[in-house]
Amino acid sequence: MSKHHVSTTINGEPVEFLCETQQTMLDVLRNELNLTGSKEGCASGDCGACSVILDGRVVCSCLMLGVEAEGHTVTTIEGIAQGDHLHPVQQRFLEYAALQCGFCTPGFIVATKALLDENTNPTESEIRYWLAGNLCRCTGYDKIVRAVQAAAADVRGEKVA
Amino acid sequence: MNYFSSDLKVVGTRPIRPDGVDKVTGRAAFGADFVMPGMLWGKVKRSPHAHARIVKIDASKALALPGVKSVITGADFPDIPTEEAFIGEGPVNFRDQAYNVIARGKALYEGHAVAAVAATSEAICDVALELIDVTYEVLPFVIDVEDAMKPDAPILHEDLFTAGIDPKPTKPSNISKRVAFTKGNVEAGFAEAEVIVEGKWTTQPVHQAYIEPHACVCAVGADGQVNIISSSQGQFMVRAYTAKLLAMNISNIRATPAEIGGGFGGKTIVYLEPLAVLMSKKSGRPVKMVMTREEVFRASGPTSGGVIEVKLGAKKDGTITAARAEMWYQAGAFPGSPVQPGVMCCFAMYDVANVEAIGYDVVSNRAKVAAYRAPGAPISTFATESAMDDLARKLEMDPLALREKNAAKNGTKTHYGPTLVNIGYMETLQAARSTEHYRTKLGKYQGRGVASGFWFNIGGESSAAVHVAEDGTVVAVSGNPDIGGSRASIGMMVAEVLGVKADIVRTVVGDTVAVGFSHVTGGSRVTFATGMAATQAAEKVVEQLKSRAAQIWDIPVEAVEWKDGQALPAGSNAGAFDPLSIAAIALKSGRTGGPISAEVSLNAQGAGPGFATHLCDVEVDPETGQVTILRYTAVQDVGKAIHPSYVEGQVQGGAAQGIGWALNEEYIYDKNGRMDNPGFLDYRCPVASDLPMVDAILVEVPNPRHPFGAKGVGEVPIVPPMAAVANAIRDAIGIRMHHLPMSPPKVLAALEQGGD
Repeated sequence: MSKHHVSTTINGEPVEFLCETQQTMLDVLRNELNLTGSKEGCASGDCGACSVILDGRVVCSCLMLGVEAEGHTVTTIEGIAQGDHLHPVQQRFLEYAALQCGFCTPGFIVATKALLDENTNPTESEIRYWLAGNLCRCTGYDKIVRAVQAAAADVRGEKVA
Repeated sequence: MNYFSSDLKVVGTRPIRPDGVDKVTGRAAFGADFVMPGMLWGKVKRSPHAHARIVKIDASKALALPGVKSVITGADFPDIPTEEAFIGEGPVNFRDQAYNVIARGKALYEGHAVAAVAATSEAICDVALELIDVTYEVLPFVIDVEDAMKPDAPILHEDLFTAGIDPKPTKPSNISKRVAFTKGNVEAGFAEAEVIVEGKWTTQPVHQAYIEPHACVCAVGADGQVNIISSSQGQFMVRAYTAKLLAMNISNIRATPAEIGGGFGGKTIVYLEPLAVLMSKKSGRPVKMVMTREEVFRASGPTSGGVIEVKLGAKKDGTITAARAEMWYQAGAFPGSPVQPGVMCCFAMYDVANVEAIGYDVVSNRAKVAAYRAPGAPISTFATESAMDDLARKLEMDPLALREKNAAKNGTKTHYGPTLVNIGYMETLQAARSTEHYRTKLGKYQGRGVASGFWFNIGGESSAAVHVAEDGTVVAVSGNPDIGGSRASIGMMVAEVLGVKADIVRTVVGDTVAVGFSHVTGGSRVTFATGMAATQAAEKVVEQLKSRAAQIWDIPVEAVEWKDGQALPAGSNAGAFDPLSIAAIALKSGRTGGPISAEVSLNAQGAGPGFATHLCDVEVDPETGQVTILRYTAVQDVGKAIHPSYVEGQVQGGAAQGIGWALNEEYIYDKNGRMDNPGFLDYRCPVASDLPMVDAILVEVPNPRHPFGAKGVGEVPIVPPMAAVANAIRDAIGIRMHHLPMSPPKVLAALEQGGD
């Protein structure tokens, strides 16, 4: 069967790719477009390591077909920093040691970016429930939640240590 | 030289880790992120049966499928003699390891590899797997540890006779060995006791559940030279296993460690690399293999479930007169559960005159267990620390006071032999007592639990190198994959010795040809042992820098001192010279003897043991049985925190894994011996909304056997949580829970029946 031609926008750039019907967006990102920052931890939408932002919503790219990107806008972990300028979420993850192995980190950062785009002043509980679709096995989430709180303050323009 | 008593400028601070930016931008390359030109994909055909004789494997249809380049079975591998080897985190039998990587003769668990295929795409692999025709003779199976010990239980290995029993048994058994440690006279100790508590506890197998599935890409050249890039806890371990299982020379294999997406002990052995290397050899093309999550659950090792009986006797003043534990651990399909460390750790927190601890290693038709964070200790300690809580209640004593009364101190001889030195257990109890947490009031259906834990920590063989670049910046090379911040800690120790800022030192993990041998990242050993090698390498570099400065100034080397990253004349007699920076010395290194670098390989001894005491508050929902963790404090003696943030992270992460073990995680089998919950939806790891903040309190009792006083920190935090949670539930609802996980249906049933 012939491949599908898909035109989409990824990290602000117009992108065209060919994919098979059954290929997931995660497969396309990783194996067709060489955007390997999005990770596969489960392929069943349970771990969130493949999180991308699709038209402003966080989705698991392992549960999305490549063909569904047609005409839409996708942001991956590779599109969160502006050149060499890190997004506050990335900077705070570094400062707060909110990562250990780093495998879940892209998914957490993408999901947090989407949270802060929507709500710049989330409570601890809102942060924990927003990120409940992202599994981290190393940190116990404590430092992740604190990093998100600090990044939220940055986004609000507050000075924090 | 010891630095921990001096004024430290880098160690103890919290710089950004060297690999941090790559990991927050998606650039860090993990096992599955690598490709090689002309690469094939490889996949594994796995047994659908818990126990079956492999009668015949017919791969002809698969081999005829266009795109299929290789199909292999156990028959393609050399037969490996029985040989014990210390490669991973504990002794491993090479033959068992070989038979676990791919079945020979019998499939011993559902998910056991029986064949593998390499093809030009993943989709073709999937079709080919279906075309491989395996004829099985299905055999009776046994899953649970107590069933496996029954006289009529199906026997997994006809050549397995229980070791450690006199006289040697004449019939094969599923009990592979008995281990026992005794101190004093336990019967006399119980006779002396005024209060006795006893009980029987069980735990279920739990998986390390690292988020990154196993992955590798391997290439074999026509000259037999092998390149492996894979995610593991030890590139030298990967190299050795692959060589051994394929009867190759170790030096012909170059193993490059990819970034590792969590391991917790589960990546101290290999599953895929020997298969990929053999298929690459046969096809002449690189082969990439990546496990699915389902394969990770079914076929890679969880840790054991266990059955543990405990009896404690004490005087009315709380002095424990006797302690006894007997435990049976599931090993999975091959011998080698962590029962021995379980036996050794379970009473190591206490100075008890009379102790008997006995363990049995039991095989059954489950995936072979692998190391998991303080292997064995959490299982036995769940039981012994639950019993300690029962004892405190019976004595009407504060649980911390009971532990203080019996705490192991410097000079305490453990029941397994060694005498403890430089330990900080009492300090953890005192720190826990002084928390605000311990004094807060609790409401209805709320309770507080206390539990402690012990882990040995190890040293061992490690290598590290320090190279001064031409501009005076520094590269440090570690022989160990960085699983949670060891590049940061190693680089910081090097910077401290050199007297430079942390960001002057770039720390990398070397492949097997870039740095000398290092044992796996495990046993909480890297910052201790590899850090010791790096510290000594940096000291050698300082000696060279001083010698070069002496040459430049034309004065004796004894007249040069090193301070704040500069060479200085040692005194006015040495002459009047301006300080020479590393950069200034490096610039002239070609004229003073060549490049400045040093590598140190050592076998580090004197690891300081880890002790932890945890406080947990829970609330039990009487209508659903749901247990909510309200508050959690984890206190730990860490020796000296090199990078405190990453030490706290280890403590918090270990506590969170322990909470999952306590409340939700378990392997569930159906009536056919097949795992029923091989995914993150049904195997329920804690998510962010399940947990509160975890307060990590670091107690620092320096280890004088390490230059910076460090002790291993990564493992002991998973030892206390199960008992801490169970003891909190006991406090909340008055019911002692004996069986993990304490999931809502079990807690609800216990509430309805007034006991479990």
